[in-house]
Amino acid sequence: MSAVLDPHGHAHDHDDHHHTPTGLMRWITTTNHKDIGSMYLWFSFVMFMVGGAMAMVIRAELFQPGLQLVNPDFFNSMTTMHGLIMVFGAIMPAFVGFANWLIPIQIGAADMAFARMNNWSFWILPFAGSLLIMSFFMPGGAPGVGWTMYAPLTSQMGIGMDLTIFAVHLLGMSSIMGSINIVTTILNMRAPGMTLMKMPLFCWTWLITGYLLIASMPVLAGAVTMTLTDRHFGTSFFNAAGGGDPVLYQHIFWFFGHPEVYIIILPAFGVISQIIPAFSRKPLFGYASMVYATASIAILSFIVWAHHMYTTGMPVAGQLFFMFATTLIAVPTAAKIFNWLATMWRGSLSFETPMLFALGFLFLFTMGGFSGLVLSLAAVDIQLHDTYYVVAHFHYVMVAGALFTAFAGVYFWFPKWTGRMYDETLGKWHFWLSMIFFNITFFVQHFSGLAGMPRRIPDYPLMFETWNKISSIGSFGFGLSQLLFLYIILKALRSGEKAPALPWEGADSLEWTHLPTPAPYHSFETPPVIK
Amino acid sequence: MNVLAVAQREENRRLLVKLSVIAALMFGFGYALVPVYAKICEAMGLDSLVPATTRQSVENTQIDFSRTLSIELDANAHHLPWRFRPLVRHIDVHPGELVTIEYEVTNVRDYAVTGQAVPSYGPQLAGQYFNKLDCFCFTKQTLAAGETRRMPVVFLIDPKLPSDVNTITLSYTFFEVAGLKGDKS
Amino acid sequence: MLNSRSFVACAFEQRAGQQRTKKEVMVFERVSMQRTSIIKLARIALMALAAFTLAGAAQALEWNLREPATKIGADIHTIHEYVMILIVVIFVGVFGVMFYSVFAHRKSKGAKAANFHENTTVEIIWTVIPLLLLIVIVWPATKLVIAQKDTTNSELTIKVTGHQWKWGYDYVKGEGEGISFVSQLKTPHAQIEGTESKGENYLLEVDNEMVVPIGKKVRILTTAADVIHSWWIPAFGAKQDAMPGFIRDTHFTANKLGVYRGQCVELCGKNHGFMPIVVRVVSAEDYTKWVASQKNPGAVSDAAGPAADASTVVAAAPAPAAASAAKTYTPAELKTMGEKIYTANCIGCHQATGKGMPPAFPALSGSKVVNGDKNVQIALVLNGKQGTAMAAFGKQLNDTELASVLTYTRNSWGNNAGVVQPADVAALRK
Repeated sequence: MSAVLDPHGHAHDHDDHHHTPTGLMRWITTTNHKDIGSMYLWFSFVMFMVGGAMAMVIRAELFQPGLQLVNPDFFNSMTTMHGLIMVFGAIMPAFVGFANWLIPIQIGAADMAFARMNNWSFWILPFAGSLLIMSFFMPGGAPGVGWTMYAPLTSQMGIGMDLTIFAVHLLGMSSIMGSINIVTTILNMRAPGMTLMKMPLFCWTWLITGYLLIASMPVLAGAVTMTLTDRHFGTSFFNAAGGGDPVLYQHIFWFFGHPEVYIIILPAFGVISQIIPAFSRKPLFGYASMVYATASIAILSFIVWAHHMYTTGMPVAGQLFFMFATTLIAVPTAAKIFNWLATMWRGSLSFETPMLFALGFLFLFTMGGFSGLVLSLAAVDIQLHDTYYVVAHFHYVMVAGALFTAFAGVYFWFPKWTGRMYDETLGKWHFWLSMIFFNITFFVQHFSGLAGMPRRIPDYPLMFETWNKISSIGSFGFGLSQLLFLYIILKALRSGEKAPALPWEGADSLEWTHLPTPAPYHSFETPPVIK
Repeated sequence: MNVLAVAQREENRRLLVKLSVIAALMFGFGYALVPVYAKICEAMGLDSLVPATTRQSVENTQIDFSRTLSIELDANAHHLPWRFRPLVRHIDVHPGELVTIEYEVTNVRDYAVTGQAVPSYGPQLAGQYFNKLDCFCFTKQTLAAGETRRMPVVFLIDPKLPSDVNTITLSYTFFEVAGLKGDKS
Repeated sequence: MLNSRSFVACAFEQRAGQQRTKKEVMVFERVSMQRTSIIKLARIALMALAAFTLAGAAQALEWNLREPATKIGADIHTIHEYVMILIVVIFVGVFGVMFYSVFAHRKSKGAKAANFHENTTVEIIWTVIPLLLLIVIVWPATKLVIAQKDTTNSELTIKVTGHQWKWGYDYVKGEGEGISFVSQLKTPHAQIEGTESKGENYLLEVDNEMVVPIGKKVRILTTAADVIHSWWIPAFGAKQDAMPGFIRDTHFTANKLGVYRGQCVELCGKNHGFMPIVVRVVSAEDYTKWVASQKNPGAVSDAAGPAADASTVVAAAPAPAAASAAKTYTPAELKTMGEKIYTANCIGCHQATGKGMPPAFPALSGSKVVNGDKNVQIALVLNGKQGTAMAAFGKQLNDTELASVLTYTRNSWGNNAGVVQPADVAALRK
């Protein structure tokens, strides 16, 4: 097969000399989906390190009771920025990066549908990221309002709040442009014969995520715009004095915020749905039901938002409606987990690093699902709302669901992207260290939450000391383990072994079967024909 | 560029426009949630976001002597140099009975201040059964320096009030109306 | 706890060993030696971890929901336990399958991959089963939600107002009607800064506790003066956000005597972590006594505080207010009293040095307002400053307290701007 493809490869190399500027300009002006994908991934890794450093500050302050390192205002800024940077700066761009790299080569397209817009949507990000960081240097510092930015606390913040709002606007614009691009690419650019139901699941989950993003990001933009005009232009959307209501902000925010959770998790489901079959050497179980489950999760995500707001004092009918809708989400999610288990069942399993991270995801995400089940019950949620139980829950879902999956994806496609192999032993170390330290960090937070420790506090009563010590120790270990990841990647880029054409025996999507390894700079200029 | 590629571009552009329109509509939807939310709250008798400016008309209703409700009165002044209190803290009423209560407000500053009272009910659903014929919350109130004023609320409780409700809190919060304060500091 | 368990395991194995035949004992000893050495190692590791983490932790490990003191609290416990049992069952089922597959279907063991990838019946079954399980879980939760929201037939109504960063309590209806006070953190700053050792109820102690009688249904009305706060007593299972401009309610009926502690659970700015909630549940007689002590102006020093809080004026209050306002204090007296009040109310933002934390919290040392016209400063402290964290203290402190703290700020950190007497404050209140 590679013999067939070689002429193409040569032709493209030839093209490169003509069209591609070199050095910095290459990266600034590039419209190549592979370049842009790589830039997204590097950007998200940098943001991950920044957000991670903030988490270290938080955990260091919480290592023992009393105020030691930072003042409460700075602590609040840390929790706020950690949340915003991780969600909007690290996780979302990481999966847009995957989408850029993979979707064209998985559906047999030459590039993304709007190559120049692709370039813009990436280059907005560094500006947005710098705005977030700059807010620290404004008078009053970065806002200390939590990543949810609840009114009316936002109206007490300094100018850093405005920078944050602009940053959210930019990040939102970037991801809306990105998802328009992805949706158009998937719907219009598939190779002949690549029907929707033949696409790898990663493309499916991104198609649905793209719609979710287009529908929910503008709502967030509206919410923060209203916050901005409330702060400076005398409107009172969220101010009771002028006939507004602070609860309205929470409704609008969570109308965006809950789909956002699935925006983060659905592409991860896609990655897992490709890795588990590859290492089980067996086709994915229940492909069609996976697609339907993904779609129903996406639809349900728009009618459960107020389960974040049980303690605002909703009427009984509201609480019950949102409780029922929320528990329903467990059904398609459970179906997905069963499908993955059935894929592994009677397979021929091997456990390279991508598979380890995928199994780690399966385990931790299910744990997060369990605590989600507890929280979905409104009566119990009222007790646990805004405690560390919730912190533990969403870190199980987010870190395991998104971060572990991103690691799995990077290890899985690294040979395809670079033509080199990472160090398998170090990769396994990275997995086990991450897995163990993650659980040390976050499992104990269930206990402190049950016992009543509120979240977002810089200091705590003595009874929570043990859990916080354990959690802090775990988090330092988890943070350091991620430096190992950087080392593995750099080592593989510099001196990694040359990757074979098909490094993973069971991988069967287009990028493995129809392209050489590494993937050439230009691929599928002539669409492949899929039977 | 062959014909096929041109057609494809055209198709992509059409989809781009469609998806952008969805995004723009959703931005509008965020704003549309504001009046929708107000309407839902009004319909369900929850937080009354927009103070009623017109008197509600009340049909002649029968007084239901078989039930006695306890109405608790509460007052708050939000960052406002006013002393604001109900003359009684709670009264017992029958559903359907026309009741007049009074609040007293004093401006403790030496300049005039304008405020607007916003009502709130506990439990929230009681709001829709609370028919007010007259209320100081219908209009802005301007108090001269040191002025004390007694202000009435005339209301009746709709007999259709669900039978499991027997205590209602009527709470007012006075907010300073922006731009009309004589800021000294 | 884990230590003692491994002790028991050791002891058991030793006892079991004595009864074996010689051959068995030899085999057993070898295994047992390995095992005890593993246990020993584990024990050392555990002890090291425990010693490391428990160092300084004065209290026992809390790892579950708090001991409930209301029926609703107990019901939350029950539902939580019930769901946890279900979760353990699912856990065993799901991960049993996963780990079986991981161990049995390895390529390294020569497992050959099967090629099935669809089975509609199975897929329908595992969609329906979770659905049924959910109904089983949701049913009791629904009943509890309805009970939680049922605030009718309460015997005592207390309004709780969240301020940055303290709680105001007004007894609106029932025995004790008219009582009103502000409750704030009592833990000294030195403990937070770490220059003093931390007390048992570190961060969970307040100057004025909310007192309620046992067995009476208490309705809590929440509202807030500035931003959203949230009132929560874990043992009661009652949590309600406090919204500025709106009133919300929740309720509890305490069925155990004691002191129950909680914290604000909605991020409300800088000192969010430092505004605890303490409720003391007492017997009916003790409650009556407490009400009497609160109502008797003599028993409460300077009951002028409530007089300023317009919404809670009690008929008796104006008299002592007038009396205290009439009194004139010496500058030294005012400064001494003022320092205490400053430490309790102002130090969080304006700092002990009076340097504040600009720009959010301006310095008082050398400030134009503090060194300027005393009436301007009095008005500012009485009514707060809109759009900033500066709260209106007119409701929380009485004339004498305000006069003394103002005098303190006007005569500390290099400021020298004269004395404020209670009468000055009283004049501006009217």
